[in-house]
Amino acid sequence: MNGVILTPHFEDPDGFYAALIEHHRDLGEADCAALNARLVLILANHIGTAKVLLEALTVARKSLDDGICRTSSTSKDGAIQP
Amino acid sequence: MVLDDNNTVSVGSRAICFAQRTLEIFDRYGCSQPMLERGVQWQIGKVFFKDALVYEFNLRPEGGHRMPPFINLQQYYVEDYLVDRAVTLEGVDIRWNNQVIDVRAGTDEVMVTVKTPDGNYTLRCDYLLVADGANSSVRRMLGLDVSGEVFNDQFLITDIRMKTGLPTERRFHFDPPFHPNQSVLLHRQADDVWRIDFQLGQDADPAVALLPANIQLRISAMLGDDLDWEFEWASVYRFRCQKMDRFIHGRVFFLGDAAHQVAPFGARGANGAIQGAENLAWKLARVLDGRAPTTLLASYDDERQLAARENILNSTRTTDFMSPKTPISRLFRDSVLRLAREHSFARTLVNSGRLSVPCAYPDSILNTPDLDIFDGGIAPGSVCPDAPISIGGQRTWLQQQLGNRFVLLIAGETPAGLEMDSDLSLVCIGAKQGLGGAIIIDDVEGLVQQRYALAPGSAYLIRPDQYVCARWRRVDAGQVFGARRRALGLLLEDAA
Repeated sequence: MNGVILTPHFEDPDGFYAALIEHHRDLGEADCAALNARLVLILANHIGTAKVLLEALTVARKSLDDGICRTSSTSKDGAIQP
Repeated sequence: MVLDDNNTVSVGSRAICFAQRTLEIFDRYGCSQPMLERGVQWQIGKVFFKDALVYEFNLRPEGGHRMPPFINLQQYYVEDYLVDRAVTLEGVDIRWNNQVIDVRAGTDEVMVTVKTPDGNYTLRCDYLLVADGANSSVRRMLGLDVSGEVFNDQFLITDIRMKTGLPTERRFHFDPPFHPNQSVLLHRQADDVWRIDFQLGQDADPAVALLPANIQLRISAMLGDDLDWEFEWASVYRFRCQKMDRFIHGRVFFLGDAAHQVAPFGARGANGAIQGAENLAWKLARVLDGRAPTTLLASYDDERQLAARENILNSTRTTDFMSPKTPISRLFRDSVLRLAREHSFARTLVNSGRLSVPCAYPDSILNTPDLDIFDGGIAPGSVCPDAPISIGGQRTWLQQQLGNRFVLLIAGETPAGLEMDSDLSLVCIGAKQGLGGAIIIDDVEGLVQQRYALAPGSAYLIRPDQYVCARWRRVDAGQVFGARRRALGLLLEDAA
């Protein structure tokens, strides 16, 4: 069984990204988080494979932790830190 | 005849990135050489986020093209070389200081009133091609509109002259420490001039941004205090992504920024404009000398509306990535950049400009749809890629054998019954002997065969603008002439 794919795999990356942003249009911060929670659950079910999902979680968390180590404080404009 | 309302090529810094396709067009016009000599060739791009390099890309790892992927050259040089070339051509009449002040568009002719320092005069035109820029005064005179999106973000362009050890590459900074929360783009131009494009945001005061002391501060923050540089040019701009619904109004044709405008990221403005003019030129030439019906001209609008929509879509997406409008789009953008350092999938989402590539017209009515099976190769409606070849033992390039007239590119011998004429030439690959006048080429590196997916007998019919309009695995003379009739709009006339 192969692990999570981290090399380019999008059929239409720019089209996906535009749709992703478009579906968040007009939503407040809490609703955005809720939308993303639903999106993660839908995609996770679509993937299904436990090993892949765990790897994806690990990669995401590691990237976040690395970012937190690099930037010690939140930015002045209050933007959420990636 | 060309009318220009002032007496000079463009002033200040405008377009700087000229794409491979544009250079190929200029090459066919006979003026690419001074541009290549003066321009700065580049193919490496680097993307930075905050203080670190995220990744770098190479626009063309593949060899076997005469023209580089891009050169950077100030627009005034490009215009200058175009003018130098135009004045050597018979029948070209460039009139400086001739300003169009009135246009009457009729069904059979267009009457244009021209103002000059020596007084006004009137021209009667068969066709009027309008390329007077984003704020086109002719478009306004005719009461025509452009529609689309106007962006509020402001950008400060600074061109400075400096000697530096910086490599020749495109550098794009997202949210750099020296210009927080905004983006910065750095490009090298000819004569040691560097373009720095600072995103300023919506609320900046252009007059304040343009104060020399403030420009000095921004440049010092970016490049250091100890650097010697001279100021060349600065301006603050906003941009629009918009176009006219139709580029053709009777006998009036709109081109370039007068017809369609894009954000600068991706170099799709000037490059799109040149490619649009190229699309119209061969069609108009054939209508004027009676080889094609006027119905052919409508395909300029069909094909270039598609290109304009593609250019607008790409530059709008870049703008949205660069200037996130909400906290969540900022979060996604920054997450993509964080992930992209380590994971190549995220690099496909990083959008610092989708650089200009020629538009394909797969559904153009000028195409003869494929009947034969091609695995790869160049589909009808796509531009012909270059490849190294030799003719009689002399190394040269495939593209230099294409264009200006229809060309049948064929792997092998000439089909029986096919005769060349003033608007059809034959280029045979690896033939022992061609028809009288056929150009026999050797595919010395096998790249023509590879790029065009050729097998013995395969043939491509190529338009005067170097676009494929038909291809076959085996072809007869009737099919070639039928496909050319279609590409000249003659079948449209039959149907009408």
